[in-house]
Amino acid sequence: MHSEKRSREFYILAFFFTLFVLFLYGPLSTIFILSFQGPSGGLTFPMNGASLHWFSNLFEQQAVGDFGGSFRRSMILGLMTTTITVVVSLLAGLAFRRRFKGSTFLFYLAISSLVVPSILISLGIGLFFQVLGIRPAWWSSGLGAHLTWTLPFGVLIMFAVFNRFSPVYEEAARDLGANAWQTFRYVVLPMIAPSLIGVGLFGFTLSYDEFARTLMAAGTFNTLPLEIYGMTTNVTTPVLYALGTVTSAFSFLIIIIALTAIIIVGRRRARIG
Amino acid sequence: MTASTAGHAALNKVSKPMRPPRKIWRWSNLPLVSYLQAMPLALILGLFLLLPILTIGMVSFWDYDSVRIYPDFVTFNYTETLGSWVTWKIYLNTFKFTLIVWLLTLFIGFWVAYFLAFHIRSVTMQMVLFLVCTVPFLTSNIIRMISWVPFLGRNGLINSSLIELGIVPKPIEFLLFSEFAVVLAMVHLYTLFMVTPIFNTLMRIDRSLIEAARDAGASGFQILTNVIIPLAKPGIAIGSIFVVTLVMGDFITVRFMSGGQSASVGLMMANQISLLQYPAAAANAVILLIVVLLIVAAILRVVDIRKEL
Repeated sequence: MHSEKRSREFYILAFFFTLFVLFLYGPLSTIFILSFQGPSGGLTFPMNGASLHWFSNLFEQQAVGDFGGSFRRSMILGLMTTTITVVVSLLAGLAFRRRFKGSTFLFYLAISSLVVPSILISLGIGLFFQVLGIRPAWWSSGLGAHLTWTLPFGVLIMFAVFNRFSPVYEEAARDLGANAWQTFRYVVLPMIAPSLIGVGLFGFTLSYDEFARTLMAAGTFNTLPLEIYGMTTNVTTPVLYALGTVTSAFSFLIIIIALTAIIIVGRRRARIG
Repeated sequence: MTASTAGHAALNKVSKPMRPPRKIWRWSNLPLVSYLQAMPLALILGLFLLLPILTIGMVSFWDYDSVRIYPDFVTFNYTETLGSWVTWKIYLNTFKFTLIVWLLTLFIGFWVAYFLAFHIRSVTMQMVLFLVCTVPFLTSNIIRMISWVPFLGRNGLINSSLIELGIVPKPIEFLLFSEFAVVLAMVHLYTLFMVTPIFNTLMRIDRSLIEAARDAGASGFQILTNVIIPLAKPGIAIGSIFVVTLVMGDFITVRFMSGGQSASVGLMMANQISLLQYPAAAANAVILLIVVLLIVAAILRVVDIRKEL
């Protein structure tokens, strides 16, 4: 394993890993290719020429439902979810550094938020709002449903971060006369900033793609995944693939931005020392 | 797991010089601060997790007709569900999916994580390859399901190449809209939930333990079964919890990939919801929740996850 010559095990596993990556990305790349299908092309190969026909089709309102509106809603909802997830996870992470009465219960509540099947959350929130007589909407019940999915990830990441966080830095800061806020702002926050960006990335992408928990909690107006799901039942043209390409490209863009930000923040910290 | 062996690097990492905590009064030491910090999380989870689940419990005893639901205390939602052989068959089917997907994701997930943790030597390369595995998780599940259509469909890539090669005379029908497609899509969607926690535990295995086992004359296989797998158990448990609960509650993959030819508990609930039979769906939800929690409790007996983070 640590010998200089690669073992046979390495080559077998490398082959296996390559197959796995192909398995992950292969299907996605075919719809990427097929979304450039010519105007007379169908849902499968062969390509009947290449065009941007299905992309332009996507932006004609009547063709595929309310793509623009649902995209805008998913975008706003994603940003709301991200902000709340980052702030609440950070605060909870700080709280969990000490044991307090009910901390174990709260931790397991956060875990169960992941474990409880999504359709239950969806049904529960829908019924809860119905019983209270409040109209569900994407920005209220929908937001809550998304938070039950993003917050546990955020809390777990912060929990892991603070478990490995040595208190000596804070003690040093205090010895130098910093007050609690200064210690947090100038010592703790810069050190955990990359993890916070990670939490934000999870918050946004998980919310932007969330379907099962939103189903009954979104109210009248669809979010983008709900809109796409609706399309799968009645759209049989490559416009579906065009939509898949556009939203996936958007997801990739967000991931790249977040990773770049993490690298930049990390570099800057390394330079300052 | 003490670093008593020659692992200098591990020793340096484990024992950071810890000063004994000094007792100086600071406002931030008050428990009140912890409560204030934990409050938003508690409020959100209380409002959107705890209360909704309690609502489900309550509504499962309500009565309903084709238009609306009535506050009441009836138990026929449960007796009808549990008394129907359809329910039992659907549960059996769901367990079948769960078992198959669990075994496949465990096998694939373990070897992928093992490869990343033990065969990739530079940390940068490890992180890059790990990210390659993670990125699809951050894209839409529905799109990832749709993306199987050009592969598996009647005129899809697999069928057309099989026919071209003369292996089959006409398209194979069971590729898309079948239980095979459901399992394939679930493995595609959920393997990552296995890779991440197992990779995490494998990365934390002290390499000197493996060297010690090797020095003591253990073969590669013995090292795997006696050292690595026992130490990877927590990660395997966490991954299993993810996969089992995701498959048990799944309805969208089953609906889309089986084309309505297969059933799962989640799908049964989704159908009841679309027929506005909320109390029946709620009773189903309560049963499903109990089953899932029992499975999770059984897995948790193997490992205390709070210790493992």
